Amino acid sequence: MNEIVIKTDKLTKRFGNFIAANEITFEVKAGEIFGFLGANGAGKTTAMRMLCGLSKPSSGNATIAGFDIYKETEKIKKNIGYMSQKFSLYEDLTVIENIRFFGGIYGISDKQINEKSNTLIEQLGLKNETKKLVASLPLGWKQKLAFSVAILHEPKIVFLDEPTGGVDPVTRRQFWDLIYSASDRGITIFVTTHYMDEAEYCNRISMMVDGVIKALDTPTNLKKQFSADSMDEVFFELARGAKRKGD
Amino acid sequence: MSDVILNNICKTYNKGIVLAVDDVSFSVGKGELFGLIGPDGAGKTSIFRILTTLLLADSGSASVNGYDVVNDYKKIRQHVGYMPGKFSLYQDLTVEENLKFFATVFNTTIEANYELIKEIYIQIEPFKKRRAGKLSGGMKQKLALCCALIHRPTVLFLDEPTTGVDTVSRKEFWDMLKRLKQEGITILVSTPYMDEATLCERIALMQDGKIMSIDTPKNITKQYAEILYAIKASNMSHLLSDLRLNKLIRSCNAFGEYHHITFNDDLKNSKSELLNYLKSKNYISIEIKQVAPTIEDCFIKLMNK
Repeated sequence: MNEIVIKTDKLTKRFGNFIAANEITFEVKAGEIFGFLGANGAGKTTAMRMLCGLSKPSSGNATIAGFDIYKETEKIKKNIGYMSQKFSLYEDLTVIENIRFFGGIYGISDKQINEKSNTLIEQLGLKNETKKLVASLPLGWKQKLAFSVAILHEPKIVFLDEPTGGVDPVTRRQFWDLIYSASDRGITIFVTTHYMDEAEYCNRISMMVDGVIKALDTPTNLKKQFSADSMDEVFFELARGAKRKGD
Repeated sequence: MSDVILNNICKTYNKGIVLAVDDVSFSVGKGELFGLIGPDGAGKTSIFRILTTLLLADSGSASVNGYDVVNDYKKIRQHVGYMPGKFSLYQDLTVEENLKFFATVFNTTIEANYELIKEIYIQIEPFKKRRAGKLSGGMKQKLALCCALIHRPTVLFLDEPTTGVDTVSRKEFWDMLKRLKQEGITILVSTPYMDEATLCERIALMQDGKIMSIDTPKNITKQYAEILYAIKASNMSHLLSDLRLNKLIRSCNAFGEYHHITFNDDLKNSKSELLNYLKSKNYISIEIKQVAPTIEDCFIKLMNK
């Protein structure tokens, strides 16, 4: 449990004069559920894009799954999974086609893809839906499937960008069951959310305000630190002073 | 008197295969702040589009301001304001040009109704020469609200105005709505965030095209029949699975810091039996307390019916 899979040191991204992410330093351990919170415009997306090897930092260092964020971006991409609320699966492919497609992209053998897709379909209760277009599935199922596809190649880390937005309360909880079981298997979860009850389900949380990590601790300690009853209050306390607004 | 009335509205898509709105009836009083609460796919947007005369229902009738949505659609369009869930202003016009455009379309001017939008507009005014497409999410949302208000509508339709917005901006947005309500504008708003339900005067809880419950938030939570407990202990994820397997427990759901549970039998010994069981399983720092049900508790219960 003690292996460190994300390590950043003063990671910074500038766009001209604008510092989107300002000297971000933190570590995440294997199997940890790490909540990456912040107001709109705080710099979460910029930071996440750097961690996924999609955007080159202006300065600072980081290793993701043991790989350097400047020189080994292709290796990083092979060792992480990613899902967002907006894009995750191909709507005009069927359930099984999506599984095969993403399995292929990550270089999993046909034999393994077959085995994995059977267990996955069984687990999610999608037996009668395998030949249906993803577009026809309810959002909740889509998101559960997208998550399972994102960890099909057993990545070290999975990045989840608002995975439960707009999902009904029952499915939202089932989604977190999937997160817990992935974390039990040693997969590190890096998740953003606007639901403050979900912040409580994380082992540790970072709060980003105006490009800077303002607080980082367990939910319990953060509440103590800010003498707050709920994570909602902690968030409000930290984010209300934010100067930047937007996405 | 009601500003918005729906009678047995049904709407299907894909030649009847997808039932989006399933026999929905409700009404919204003049000046009321009414919320449609439900996840994606509940039918909220279809209802908004039917009421704003952009979509025809398969069956049923509806009226806004006393005008029929089919026969008097032109009248309705003159009087209502609509903020769709998807940003729908002109991306290549500036902030000011968008606002001017919508004012002109409704035969009015920015000046004529400036008082109504002033508090919101001053927050984006420093960027009035910026193209709408270049605005941040929060500013787009404020501009869209200004454009929906510029003709001083009688009824304001807001389709998921706070989706994807952080808690601080969400609070600010609801404060704005309260002020608009004081201006006498009837507001129909939808949201997937259950915690926002309590900010409405009345709500309809929706799932799969149906209304599961409709009342004031207070009355809905009052209807929750069982005694609800919040429980926490040393290992929350194991506690969840152990509670689910325990025969004393009727329902168990994760609720942030605590799990919410109800017992099959509300007699006192259920609680102490459970505590003994958990202690035998080596849980420590066990805390259990009775709590008032939230809208989300009610929603989950209605979904599992």
